[in-house]
Amino acid sequence: MAGFLVWVIWFAAAAACLGTGVAVVSFANPFYSALSLIGNLASLAVLYLLLSAEFLAAAQVLVYAGSVMVMFLFVLAYLGGRADAPWAGGPPLLRTAAIVAAVALLVEIVVVLGLAWGDNLSDPAEVTGAFGSPAAIGELLVTDHLLAFEITSIVLLVAAVGGVVLGTTREKEATE
Amino acid sequence: MSGPGVGWYLIVAALLFGTGALGVMLRRSPLIVLLSLEIMLNAANLTLIAFARQHGSLDGQVFALVVMGVAAAEVAIGLGLIVAMARRRLPLDVDQASALRG
Repeated sequence: MAGFLVWVIWFAAAAACLGTGVAVVSFANPFYSALSLIGNLASLAVLYLLLSAEFLAAAQVLVYAGSVMVMFLFVLAYLGGRADAPWAGGPPLLRTAAIVAAVALLVEIVVVLGLAWGDNLSDPAEVTGAFGSPAAIGELLVTDHLLAFEITSIVLLVAAVGGVVLGTTREKEATE
Repeated sequence: MSGPGVGWYLIVAALLFGTGALGVMLRRSPLIVLLSLEIMLNAANLTLIAFARQHGSLDGQVFALVVMGVAAAEVAIGLGLIVAMARRRLPLDVDQASALRG
C-alpha cells in the first residue's frame, strides 16, 4: 500500500516536472517561463524527497525557487517589454537541425539508460534514516569534500564580483 | 525501496535534459536560454541524487550541492551580461550577439 502511494506521488511529481519543463521552453513571454521554472524546481524537490535527499530538497526550494528565481524576476521586471521573445523565425534548416539533434540526444540517453538499467539498477542499497540529513551532508562537506567546498566559495565570490563589475555604469556611458 | 526504482528517475532526468537542450538550441532570447540551462543542470542533479540513492553513498548529494552553487554563480553572471546588453541598447537575441566587443 505504501509502495502504491509512492508511485502515485512519483507519477504526479514527474508529470508536473516534465510538463513545466516543456512550458519553460515554449512560452513566448519569459515571465511565464520563469514562473513555470519555479513549478519545475518545486516538483524536482518532491522527487529529491522520494530519493531520501531531504537536505537537498530544502536547499533546492530555498536557493533556487527562492533566491535565484527572485533575481530572474527582478531582471525581467527591469527589462520590461524588451524581454519578450516570441519564437523568432530564423533559417528553417537550422531549426530542423536543432530539433533532430535534440531528439537524437534524447533517444540516445534513453537507450543507454535502458541498457544499464537491465541488471545494475534492480535493487538499491539499504539506507538508514540519517541518509541525506543535513548533519551527514555537512560532515562530508568539511571532511572528504573540503576542497570542493572551498572552490565553490571562490567561484561564488568571483561571480559576485563579476556581477558588480558588469552592473556598474561607467562615467562615459552615464553621460551618453 | 518500495515504489519506483532508480531507473524511473533516470528516465525523467533524461527527458528533462532533452527538453532543456531543445530550449537552449531553439530559443533566441538569452533569458529563456538561461532558464533552459537551469533545467539541464537540474536534470544532471536528479541523476546524481538518483545514483547516490542507488549506491547508498552521500558523495553524489554533496556533488549536487556543489552544482547548485555553480548554477547560482552562472545565473548571477548571465543576468549581469543580459542587463549590460540591455543598457547598451543591444538587441536581446543570442543570434545577433556575435561580437565580444561591447
